[in-house]
Amino acid sequence: MSKTKEIDDRFKKFGTVSFTSVTKVNDFIDYLEQGKVMGSRCKDCGIVFFPPRADCYKCLSSNVDWHEVQGTGKLITYSQLKYAPVGFEDDLPYCIAVLDYGNYKIFGRIASDIPEEDIQLGMEMKTTANKLPNGQLNYVFKKP
Amino acid sequence: MDKVAIIGVGQSAFVRGYPGSIRELAFEGFRDALEDAKISVTDIDASIVCSAPEYDKQRSPSGVFAEYLGLIPQPTFYLESLCSSTSMGLRMAYSLIKSGLHDIVAVVGFQKMSEITSAESQERMGRGADIQWESPFGTMMPAYYAMFAKAHMEEYGTTLEDLALVRVKSATYGQLNDKALFRKPVALEAFSDPNHFMSGPVSSPLRVGDCCANADGSSCLIVASEEKAKVLNQKPVWILGLGAASASVNMSGRDLFTGLAVAQQASQQAYKMAGIGPMDIDVAEVHDCFTISEILAYEDLGFAKPGEGKDLIGSKETYKEGRIPINVDGGLLSKGHPIGATGGSQIRTIVLELRGEAGEMQVKDPEIGLIHNIGGVGLYGTVTILRR
Repeated sequence: MSKTKEIDDRFKKFGTVSFTSVTKVNDFIDYLEQGKVMGSRCKDCGIVFFPPRADCYKCLSSNVDWHEVQGTGKLITYSQLKYAPVGFEDDLPYCIAVLDYGNYKIFGRIASDIPEEDIQLGMEMKTTANKLPNGQLNYVFKKP
Repeated sequence: MDKVAIIGVGQSAFVRGYPGSIRELAFEGFRDALEDAKISVTDIDASIVCSAPEYDKQRSPSGVFAEYLGLIPQPTFYLESLCSSTSMGLRMAYSLIKSGLHDIVAVVGFQKMSEITSAESQERMGRGADIQWESPFGTMMPAYYAMFAKAHMEEYGTTLEDLALVRVKSATYGQLNDKALFRKPVALEAFSDPNHFMSGPVSSPLRVGDCCANADGSSCLIVASEEKAKVLNQKPVWILGLGAASASVNMSGRDLFTGLAVAQQASQQAYKMAGIGPMDIDVAEVHDCFTISEILAYEDLGFAKPGEGKDLIGSKETYKEGRIPINVDGGLLSKGHPIGATGGSQIRTIVLELRGEAGEMQVKDPEIGLIHNIGGVGLYGTVTILRR
């Protein structure tokens, strides 16, 4: 019998098209499936990360914990794409954006049911786990 | 004897669908630079080959080029910092010469982007960003810079017309540059005409006319020690200041969306090294991969205060006859943007300007010039200051 080592490639489920399959923060995907968007926090120095990291650049510790993104962040900027890279054509049009939560920021997409004329810089938005039509997972920004 | 000079500059025409292989493309810029420097290949001690590798089928192009350009057995290596690769190559050449390791170094930049479709190219450029956390959302370069445009317009009242004016200026000078891809005039009205291709939406607020185009091209800089420059060359142009910086690749790590922190940091370093300030610059090339990028550059380099970049283009102060002529070769918007060749082409223009050899593009008697060359979305920033 041959022994095959199982590869933990959960991260290939992230986004319309994922370009990464293996990462030490693969649990991010399980949390997304449970409806949670998680960042990480260094247990040694307390610094909070989004996107989550397995290692702290400040104190070099790998002693990191998960924390849930909660509440709202302020919309700093966005753009609506009318033309997409290969593999994303069916999602058009869609908006990429940055939310500021104070001690961290989040880059992602604005929910597709929000028309562009309803989007104002400075508005408060929440970050929500999202299932894409092709079965993949991501997170989107919604009105609170 | 410790100054470093650029003694030769060259570039191919920037085109779509270059009818040759990458080594043949690189040869065009290299030959142009060697003829300009009036030296032979045997004078060159080392070569640095610069490009963004995702467009290449050839693994490790530096070895292939060294063979084709006749630079064997001198050392050669590859250097990459996306769109700022050749400026980073110049920085490396400077340090190789200053250290005394080499006397004459060739910096060869190239990119052949036309072998893949524009959409595939956009996908690759999107992967110049954070592939783990950003690319899965469907990102591309115009959309990132569009976010900076959106933030700048909101904060400072910069308008779509201000952006269009940058393209109009670019086209004015692109017509004069026989190496440029686009050599036709662009009227401001094209941007308000819904039937004109320039007004077509790409990623709000940026339109087709706000974006530079992919191109195939090569460039080359011959860099030399002071001793060699004085013996070999009638018109050396001296490297006065160099600055370089990096920033978070993921937009979530950025604090600034109304400017590029790397350009601010790199320019401060370069000004300090040169012992001068923005008012001392007589002519500049800035990385106008998008119209908004040029306005951000005006402010990041200190040619205008934050928010006042639009006034600089509005008053035509960056035209050839203005206070600070910028991108009088047509910039990336008119020349096209063959990633790894772009910085070398910008540097070439400033060298020609400082020598008084820029032909129809010549500004009046410049002494000090600046090159601002950015990699990715303000991921890598380089600023180079040259003096005749």
